[in-house]
Amino acid sequence: MCESCGCSDNNDYFMTIPGREGHTHPHVHNDHDHDHHHDHTHHSVHDHDHDHHNTVTRRIEVEKDALYKNDLVAERNRGFFEAKKTLAINLVSSPGSGKTSLLEKTISELKNDINFAVIEGDQQTTRDADRINAAGVPVIQVNTGNGCHLDAEMVNAAAKSLDISENSVLMIENVGNLVCPALFDLGEKYRVVIVSTTEGEDKPVKYPYMFQTSALCIINKTDLLPYLDFDIEKFKDFAQQVNHHIEFIELSVKSGDGFDNWAQWIKSRLTQ
Amino acid sequence: MHEFSIAVNIIDIAVETANANDASVIKEVEIEVGELSGVIDEALDSALKSACRATIAENAVFVIRKIESEAVCTDCGKKFVPDDLVSACPNCGSVSTEIVKGKELRVKSINVE
Repeated sequence: MCESCGCSDNNDYFMTIPGREGHTHPHVHNDHDHDHHHDHTHHSVHDHDHDHHNTVTRRIEVEKDALYKNDLVAERNRGFFEAKKTLAINLVSSPGSGKTSLLEKTISELKNDINFAVIEGDQQTTRDADRINAAGVPVIQVNTGNGCHLDAEMVNAAAKSLDISENSVLMIENVGNLVCPALFDLGEKYRVVIVSTTEGEDKPVKYPYMFQTSALCIINKTDLLPYLDFDIEKFKDFAQQVNHHIEFIELSVKSGDGFDNWAQWIKSRLTQ
Repeated sequence: MHEFSIAVNIIDIAVETANANDASVIKEVEIEVGELSGVIDEALDSALKSACRATIAENAVFVIRKIESEAVCTDCGKKFVPDDLVSACPNCGSVSTEIVKGKELRVKSINVE
């Protein structure tokens, strides 16, 4: 919900580019809002006499996926990214797994070789976009407000506002949540799920949808392994039960161990 | 919580279809929900009841039809009914299985006046 216009549509979100004044509000209103007044008039007429002699109930076959609009926009995004030769990566995880820290490190280590652009998704605040902005790449913050995930429309609007150069990598940091973002295709080439060693080994079977739709799983905070009971092999077993195609990269953003494998993964996907 | 976004999308689809067919009231919306779609029926139902307010689907009945899941083992080809997304093949024990049915989330039909 946007305080400035009082709009209460739950799909509302707004975008902020760090360093620029104010926020842009896409004002996405659902079509049905416009039928609202007509509908009420109609109802009040019928309410008095309950005369339905002239109305016949008809069945209309619809056969449409509930999220087909999201999927259509996602495909448009995919085409846009392909035309730009942009590798779009959707980063998903629980809150606190180290998504933003990984992004900061990835940008600072690779920005001389690769052009990056970043879409930051959070319910509130521009804190993450400010961190990425400080790293010196184009970034836009999408605040989803009541929403618990990014959707394709938000990414479409955000991508249009970002200056994405050709042959670049677009990192989309989704809202920290292992459930809801799983159902929403953003038009990314790869979905990458990040877990940290401080989480339970059984996360993949508890939140199977996210692991099933991810191409790569990054296991972060490996520097903490000596102090934890986290069993990496057990975790991988669980993840492979859900998705036998999933790849793994173990790394520590803090110590830098394993980071080269991630850098290599990005570079090899960019040239594909 | 994603049930609300899904509900808004379902109402949009129903209203658009009704408008395109010159209908003024939606009496019923029939929705197919796969057992493995990741959507909780009760949450979807209450989200629909809230998302339909102030639309021509305001007084509609929402009929949620469950679609039974089906998986196939990519190793031995056995078809089976998986309990969840992580079911191993009951024939050969392989975890290389693909869900072929049960992830549906679809507006099937609407009844209108």
